[in-house]
Amino acid sequence: MIATLAFYLFATLTIASAVLVIFARNPVHSVLWLIVAFFNAAGLMLLLGAEFIAMLLVIVYVGAVAVLFLFIVMMLDIDFAALRSGFSKNLPFGILIALVLLAEMVLAAAAWKAGPVTEGAPVAASQPNIEAVGAALYGRYLFPFELAGLILLVAMIGAIVLTHRSRGDVRGQKISRQVDRDPKEAVRNLNPGVGEGMKL
Amino acid sequence: MNFAAILPEAILTIGAIVLMMVAAFAGRRSAGVTSWAAIALLLAAAVSLIGPPQTDGALFGGLIAADGFGAFGKLLIFLCAAVAIVAAHGWFERDFEHGAEYPVLILFSAVGMAVMVSATSLVTLYVGLELQSLSAYVLASYRRTDDRSAEAGLKYFVLGALASGILLYGISLLYGFTGTTQFSGIASAFAREGTHSLGLLFGLVFLLAGLAFKTSAVPFHMWTPDVYEGAPTPVTAFFASAPKVAAVLLSVRVCLDALAPAIDAWRQIIIFASLASIILGAVAAYGQTNIKRLLAYSSINNVGFALIGLVAGGPRGASSVLFYMAVYVVMTLGAFLCVLRMRGEDGEPLESMDSLSGLSQSRPWLAAALAVFMFSLAGIPPLFGFWPKLMVFQAAVAEGLIPLAVVGILGTVVGAFYYLKVVKLMYFDAPGRPFRKARTDLEGILILLAALFVSPLGYLLIGPLGTLTANAASSLF
Repeated sequence: MIATLAFYLFATLTIASAVLVIFARNPVHSVLWLIVAFFNAAGLMLLLGAEFIAMLLVIVYVGAVAVLFLFIVMMLDIDFAALRSGFSKNLPFGILIALVLLAEMVLAAAAWKAGPVTEGAPVAASQPNIEAVGAALYGRYLFPFELAGLILLVAMIGAIVLTHRSRGDVRGQKISRQVDRDPKEAVRNLNPGVGEGMKL
Repeated sequence: MNFAAILPEAILTIGAIVLMMVAAFAGRRSAGVTSWAAIALLLAAAVSLIGPPQTDGALFGGLIAADGFGAFGKLLIFLCAAVAIVAAHGWFERDFEHGAEYPVLILFSAVGMAVMVSATSLVTLYVGLELQSLSAYVLASYRRTDDRSAEAGLKYFVLGALASGILLYGISLLYGFTGTTQFSGIASAFAREGTHSLGLLFGLVFLLAGLAFKTSAVPFHMWTPDVYEGAPTPVTAFFASAPKVAAVLLSVRVCLDALAPAIDAWRQIIIFASLASIILGAVAAYGQTNIKRLLAYSSINNVGFALIGLVAGGPRGASSVLFYMAVYVVMTLGAFLCVLRMRGEDGEPLESMDSLSGLSQSRPWLAAALAVFMFSLAGIPPLFGFWPKLMVFQAAVAEGLIPLAVVGILGTVVGAFYYLKVVKLMYFDAPGRPFRKARTDLEGILILLAALFVSPLGYLLIGPLGTLTANAASSLF
């Protein structure tokens, strides 16, 4: 019962916040709604008994991807003075969202204890989630997994090829010259007399 | 696990990573070395295809197959990749633009395409396709200082990402409604259903739409002329050849393996895509003034003909598609190698059709070669380009698809017009400004070989090539 309730709550909120991602006028708000959507999706994963993926969603998507989005959005030309002016006005609404998220977390924990809604992927009960994911990735799906790594490599090469330019006016680090430097030649001890100053 | 079966991919991957390290430490000076090393790697990968015994059936738990069909596709892909590297070597200005990363990206793209043609699971299909696409986006905008090149890359990337989304949506629907990502499992699910559920049909349509984008079949062709025009010419030559082979062969495997029991569902879609590609490719090319855009429409047109063979289905249809793609690749690469020689007095690349006028007087050999490729692409009988068209039409007629063949033949006649326009420009118009003398001999030899292949001498190859394609196609069934 509680699990079904939790499912409908998470599902409705996922869809609602996903719709708001699109309809929000302010791109920063869009990203914040996206974070709400990620949280709710993580809750759905939890209900399926996939704790590991749920945690990954929170850590990777909320913690890294969404924050990166925020950085990019912040670089856009947005009038932040107009944004900040509504802070106190929007505060109650913000608190409301925070409370809803908190309630969801409590509910998720309770629902998780109550057992999964549906039969998820057939995983042996004794096998922890992470082990099952690892066995699939490094066993059966090793080939596409390695290829996915290659795709990331190509993305890195591509980013460098398209943005890197060698500039002549930059002094590079020459490690061999640094190592070859002799302290006896590099340092001079002088003892100038009073009022004579330093001659270099 | 049988690692011998993925030997070509392994050679290319490890080689590309080593070359990347060379490029990183030796800098742009190493462009020549990495290019030749990449060609050697492609050759080694092609040789390794002949070496190990072809294992029938799926490997890695049904994720890929190392069969004759895949091997034939890989041979064509490696050939195209090698030609693209050779062409780039003479085309990019040395030191400045020809980064050592170019052959590395081509190699990664080739790995992606090799995985595409041997994929027997939706997971491998998607991963291979994405590896190929991502390399292609970077290659399209390789001349980043050129606005058109950057635009081509961006356009390709945005539309390609959308197409990937559509494809993934189809894949997830198919997985959801069949419970498996493997082609054999999907086929048995379709066979079990009898009348197909709406979910399966939706998945099938989305999957085919995503694949049609990659083959640039109408109505998913919009990006092709812009990307082909904007990308550097050697990259365009690559795009018009290797990814087409990979995407068409992938479509053949998906349709004839995974979706075989649903032939009534996909056949009408492919018939529409094929006829629309033939007609639009022929009609829209009419007003083009840029030779690269013209060849882009020519590639759309040719994919339409190849899809006729897919519509016919069966071993005969599949082998006609393989034959078609083999000849198409040679004709297209030859035409692009000729375009690469179009350079003004100061060495700037020329692309307008007008610059070709009177070429027969200033550069008779180049004009003759380009004329051979144009006649062959038009499918005019004494040349070899006629034979694969005949084969796909024969396959279609044998399946009783006579209206399809008739419309296709009409499309050939309409399409012949603009190919002949190029020939008319070269032979009957007043000569324009002469081209600069070309330096690279290797490209000249490649043009000569390609021209000999598509000349009537090519008919000598019908026997061996026919056996090869028939064997390759039979491994699908």
